[in-house]
Amino acid sequence: MFAHHLRTAWTSVRRSPVLSILIVAAIAVGIGVSITGLTIYHMLARDPIPQKSDQLFRVQLDSWDPDSPFFEGGDEPSGPPFWLTYQDAMALLESDIPKAHAANYRSAAVLESDNPSVAPDVYGIRATTRGFFSMFEVPFRYGAAWDAAADQDGAPVVVIGEKINDELFGGEDSTGRTVRLGDDEFRVAGVLEHWSPHPRFYDLNMTTFGDPEQLFVPMRAATDREWAINGNTSCWKPESLVTFRDFLGSECVWVLFWAELPDSASREAYMTYLNGYVDQQKAAGRFPRPMDNRLRSVEEWLEHRQVVSDDSRVVVALAFLFLIVCLLNAVGLMLAKFAGTAPSAAIRRALGASRGDIVRQYLTEVGAIGIAGGLAGLALAATGLWSLRQGFEDLANVARLDLSMGFTAIGLAFLAALAAGLYPAWRVGRAVPVRFLKSQ
Amino acid sequence: MLEMQHIGKVYRTELVETHALRDFSLRVNEGDFVAVTGPSGSGKTTFLNIAGLLETFGDGTYRLDGEDVSGLSDKQRSRIRNQKIGFIFQSFNLIPDLDVADNVELPLRYRRLDRGERKARAERALELVGLASRTRHLPSQLSGGQQQRVAIARALAGEPRLILADEPTGNLDSLMARQVLDLLEEINARGTTVIMVTHDPDLSRRAHRNVHVLDGRVTDFKPYDPVPGGLAAGAGA
Ligand SMILES: Nc1ncnc2c1ncn2[C@@H]1O[C@H](COP(=O)(O)OP(=O)(O)O)[C@@H](O)[C@H]1O
Ligand SMILES: [Mg+2]
Repeated sequence: MFAHHLRTAWTSVRRSPVLSILIVAAIAVGIGVSITGLTIYHMLARDPIPQKSDQLFRVQLDSWDPDSPFFEGGDEPSGPPFWLTYQDAMALLESDIPKAHAANYRSAAVLESDNPSVAPDVYGIRATTRGFFSMFEVPFRYGAAWDAAADQDGAPVVVIGEKINDELFGGEDSTGRTVRLGDDEFRVAGVLEHWSPHPRFYDLNMTTFGDPEQLFVPMRAATDREWAINGNTSCWKPESLVTFRDFLGSECVWVLFWAELPDSASREAYMTYLNGYVDQQKAAGRFPRPMDNRLRSVEEWLEHRQVVSDDSRVVVALAFLFLIVCLLNAVGLMLAKFAGTAPSAAIRRALGASRGDIVRQYLTEVGAIGIAGGLAGLALAATGLWSLRQGFEDLANVARLDLSMGFTAIGLAFLAALAAGLYPAWRVGRAVPVRFLKSQ
Repeated sequence: MLEMQHIGKVYRTELVETHALRDFSLRVNEGDFVAVTGPSGSGKTTFLNIAGLLETFGDGTYRLDGEDVSGLSDKQRSRIRNQKIGFIFQSFNLIPDLDVADNVELPLRYRRLDRGERKARAERALELVGLASRTRHLPSQLSGGQQQRVAIARALAGEPRLILADEPTGNLDSLMARQVLDLLEEINARGTTVIMVTHDPDLSRRAHRNVHVLDGRVTDFKPYDPVPGGLAAGAGA
C-alpha cells in the first residue's frame, strides 16, 4: 500500500507542479532559516571539551578597585575581574592542590626559520605553563610539553602547531630543531595534532571561535623577554608603571588562570586555599574589596562571558516563528492542492478506501514533499551560512552544517510537513464522497 | 439482499431543506435485476448512495445482506463497500492518473490483496468486458464506452454481491449502451444482484423489475413482465 501511496503522491505532484513547488518552497524557506539559526546557536552553545568541562575551572580573585565595578556590561557588575594580576597568578602556581593548572596570556613575536621559502612574519603566541597541555588534553603528534624546569627558568623552548610544522618543516618530526622567535632561538619541544576547540573557551578575548595559536612558549620565557600582552589589560590603581617589571608587580589584571579540579573535595580544598591566600594578601594591604573568589566551570565561564547571549536565543525563537509562518502558508497551499484531487479521493472512498487510507495517502504525499522541502532548505541553510561566513570572520570556523544538522533539517522538514498536512489530509478524508461523484 | 423501510433523507442547506427521500421502502431479493426510473430530482441517486453506504440516512431502517447498517462505523461501511458492493457511475469516475489495470485493481488494493491475486482478478474482469488488451492505457486514451467497460470491470473485480449502477449508459450512444446492458445482464445471470438507475425505457424493460420513484417515494413496483407493454400488478414492499 505504501508503494501505491508513493506512486499516487508522485502523480499528484506532477498534476499540480506549481502548487507543489510552492509548498516545497514554503517549507524550504522555513527550514533554511530555522536551520541556519539553529546551527549558529548549536555551535555557540556546544561544550568545547565535554569529557571534562565540569572539572576545569577558571580562577577569579577579586583584587579589583573597591570604588568601581570591573565590567559594567556583564551579568554581575560587582563581580571579580576576569583576569589575575601577574603576582597572584605566579603565587597560585605554587599550589599543588589542582591536578593541573596553567597561567597564560596571548602575545606575539616575529618568527623566522631556516626554511628560506617561509618569510618572517608576526605570529600570535600563547605564553603559558605546561599544565595547559595536559589540562586541556591538547594532542601531540611529536614530542611533548616542556618540562617543569622550563616553566621555572623560562627556557627557550616552543610547542608548535601542526600548521606551522607543515609550513616550516614539511610536516616532519621537528622536535629538537629550532625556530627564531624575536631575537632568540627556541628549541621545538613538541608538535601538536590539529586542535581547535569551539568555542575557544580557554581565552574568549577578541575571538570566540578563532583558531588557537600555533606557538606555545613557557610564560616565563615570554615575560623575561618582555613580550607584549596581546589581550586585555585592565588597571585600576594609580601606580607608577615605567618598566615592564613595574607592570609585573602592579595591580593590573591580564593573566588567564585555569585549574583542573577533578572532584568536589579538591574544589573545596582549592577554594579554602584561595581564600587563605587572599586573607594573607589583605593583611599585606592588597585586595581592598570584600573577599569574592570564584571557580567557574567551563560551562559557567561561557555562560558568564555570554557566549550564548539572550539575543541569540531570541534569534533562534524568531527563526522558528518564521518556520511556523511558512508552515501556515504551506497549509493553505495544501488545502488548495488537495481540493483538486478530492474527486479522486471520493472515487477511492466509493471503492472501499477508509478515511484512514485516504489520510495516509495524503500524508505520504505531504511527507515526500516535506523531505524535498528539507533538502531544498538544507541548500538554503548552506547558502545562508556561507554568506554569514563571508560577513563575519569569527564565524568562519563554526557556521557550517554537519551531518547531524543535515538529519535534523530533513527530520524537522518531514515532521513540519506532516503537521502542516494533517488538517488538509484530514479534511479530504472527512469529505462526503458523494459530493464529488455527481453523475452529471 | 437489500431491505429499506421508511427511509428518510433530508438535505439541509442554509435556506432550503430538501426531502430527497421520504418514507422510502424497498426490498430487493438476491439475484434480482432492478431498474429504477423516475424524473430528475426524484431521489434515485440518493437512494443508490444510501444503498451503497456512501451516505447516511435519517429515519428508517436499512438491512443489507441481512445486516442492519445504520449503526456501523465509517470503517465498517468502507469495508462493506469494498467487499460487497460495486459502483458504476454515469460519468465513469475512473481515476485519470491510473492506467486501466491499476484502476481495476484499486478496490482489491483496499482489500489488501497481494499483487498476484490482484493481477489475476483484474485480468479476468478486463477479459470479461473485452478490454484485456488495453491494460496499460490511461482512461483519457479510451472512448466513453470503453471507459465505462473499465468501470464495470473495476466493479466486478471485487466479485461483489451487489452492483449499483447510476445511469451507466447516460453518457453513451445507444449501441454502446446496449453493450453495457448486455454486460450487466451477463453479470446478473451469474447471480450478482444489480440495481440500475436509468431514463431509457428500452433498457429498463430488460430488467426483472422496475421501480418508479417520484418525489422521494417508491410509487410503482413492477415485477418482470415478459410481454412487452403488458402490465402485471406490483406490490410495494
Ligand atoms: N448533496 C445535496 N445537497 C442538497 N440537496 C441535494 C443533494 N443531493 C441531492 N439533493 C437534492 O435531493 C433531491 C434528489 O436528488 P437526486 O437523488 O440526485 O435525484 P435524481 O438522482 O433522481 O435526479 C434533489 O432535489 C436534489 O436537488
Ligand atoms: Mg441522479
